[in-house]
Amino acid sequence: MNQGGILIEGLRKTYGQGDTAVEALKDVNMTVGPGEVVGLVGPSGSGKSTLLKCLGAIIEPTAGRMVLGGNVIYDGGWKIPDLRTLRRDSIGFVFQAPYLIPFLDVTDNVALLPMLAGVSNAVARARALELLAALDVAHRAQAEPSQLSGGEQQRVSIARALANRPPVILADEPTAPLDSERALGVMRILNQMAQQSQTAIIVVTHDEKIIPTFKRIYHIREGRTIEEAGEGRSLEGMA
Amino acid sequence: MISLAGRDILHAWQKFVFTGLGLGLLIGVTLSMAGVYRGMVDDAQALLSNSGADLWVVQKDTQGPYAESSSIKDDLVRSVLGMPGVARAANVTYFTMQVQQGKDEVRAMVVGIEPGQPGGPGYLVAGRHLTRSHYEAVADVKTGFLLGDRIRIRRHDYEVVGLTQRMVSSGGDPMVFISLKDAQEAQFLKDNDAILNDRVRTAANPAFNRPGTPGLLDALQATQTSSHNVNAILVQVQDGLLPQQVAEPIRRWKHLQVFTREGMEDILVAKLIATSAKQIGMFLVILAIVSAAIVAFIIYTMTLGKIREIAVLKLIGTRNSTIAGMILQQALGLGVIGFVVGKLAATLWAPVFPKFVLLQQGDALTGFGVTMLICALASTLAIRAALRVDPAEAIGG
Repeated sequence: MNQGGILIEGLRKTYGQGDTAVEALKDVNMTVGPGEVVGLVGPSGSGKSTLLKCLGAIIEPTAGRMVLGGNVIYDGGWKIPDLRTLRRDSIGFVFQAPYLIPFLDVTDNVALLPMLAGVSNAVARARALELLAALDVAHRAQAEPSQLSGGEQQRVSIARALANRPPVILADEPTAPLDSERALGVMRILNQMAQQSQTAIIVVTHDEKIIPTFKRIYHIREGRTIEEAGEGRSLEGMA
Repeated sequence: MISLAGRDILHAWQKFVFTGLGLGLLIGVTLSMAGVYRGMVDDAQALLSNSGADLWVVQKDTQGPYAESSSIKDDLVRSVLGMPGVARAANVTYFTMQVQQGKDEVRAMVVGIEPGQPGGPGYLVAGRHLTRSHYEAVADVKTGFLLGDRIRIRRHDYEVVGLTQRMVSSGGDPMVFISLKDAQEAQFLKDNDAILNDRVRTAANPAFNRPGTPGLLDALQATQTSSHNVNAILVQVQDGLLPQQVAEPIRRWKHLQVFTREGMEDILVAKLIATSAKQIGMFLVILAIVSAAIVAFIIYTMTLGKIREIAVLKLIGTRNSTIAGMILQQALGLGVIGFVVGKLAATLWAPVFPKFVLLQQGDALTGFGVTMLICALASTLAIRAALRVDPAEAIGG
């Protein structure tokens, strides 16, 4: 049992019933410690997205147990009454595309989450600027998302994911649209943030460029996870 | 908490302004339609107010002189003057005709009055009242005539000696006042050829041209070339008396129809323009439905364009009420822009209308309320679509 990380035991998810039932997840077991970044890889249709949706409290698993940040959120049924608040306060999401809100500037895109959690505008913006500075995009704080490069947008989306200081971040193909240099830059940032804030991060990826950077990788095939040690290459020397 | 709706509107202000402009023109048409109806009612009330009468005495079993034709003899006014409670009474004639004004024609209501008596123009904006018995006219400025201009009415020319304002018929046609004698001749007398033909026809009739009664034919011919008919008698009652009290004896003893101000208003507003009011009402309903459909379509389309953003907002924990509020506020914002544009447009183009368009503040307030209600209702479709968005759409897979 990890305090502050992710623990998944015997997670199952079946879509449909009877003859048409499809078992997307059959027996998923994972642990991610606080401050750790692990990779989740697998072919299309293997269940990656289903696992991410279960972890993100978007869809309900069929069976199993999930612990996020030391709190049991699922154990044969949801243990948290308000999943919306759980998603807002305990899980950060980074998507394949940044999906920033186009009508908010960079600062407010990041500050929106704390504001939704009831933090005052001034405090939320101060926290957003702090994160943007840490991610080296503070100079674009007043810009609109459409004025940013792809790499900058992805860094802003990482800042947004960190804005409520969640114990868990789920990243779905965060480097897919980026070139090699920018993809490694994003991974560098995720690793820094994981260590600084002791956040457990799962990165779903197909990206061959970043797979060697993980120390631990979970392969998912036909709804089952297999853990394997990664190369864990240092990001400092890679380009 | 920042206003998501406000930020979205500011971000895409051109879209909102142009959409609001289009919606505004529609709202402007709607407000103008209401103004047209109000103008019709006001025209009818102006006609009654300007006549200065408390009672309208007309032909029995008619609802004249405005809604139906009415013809009574002009000497009846003397017996009406003798009735208890009558302070003043005057004959009046009304007929509508096309009057040549320069190269154009103007539709005008020609009113025959006894100068200084009820029925005449209350005040003038230029010139003087009628003083001569013949061939002078006082015209409403809306006819386009100026002082000194000549108006051709039937066989005679009349010089414009005075100008008045807001003196219109119940249909909104401007009035031209001439003396009663001139009006009786213009309204009831036939042209010279017709008179000549009638004389020949009468002389050829042995019943009217008897050798034994030499004066009969001349007396009969004389009646055909003079008119002593009027359309109504306007009555002012003595101070302290109710019009209804004075009307009843006239109705009973003179065998004439008498209307009070309320009765005449009922005829003009509730009966004469009832069909037009229904017509306008139908237009207002259709315009309201069209406006609602347009707002619903626009807001729905705008919401569909933001499905991914909405999915992200839901995924990161935004309440449904916040998302619904954003869409509702945008719909209301669109309504506010549309209403401001519509009110401005209606105010600007109302004076250009050929007939009086009366834009009332009360109607504008009602219009604003209805616009907001329509926008709120129209946004429900988009809100429903937004609330059905699955947060999982942000993740894909």
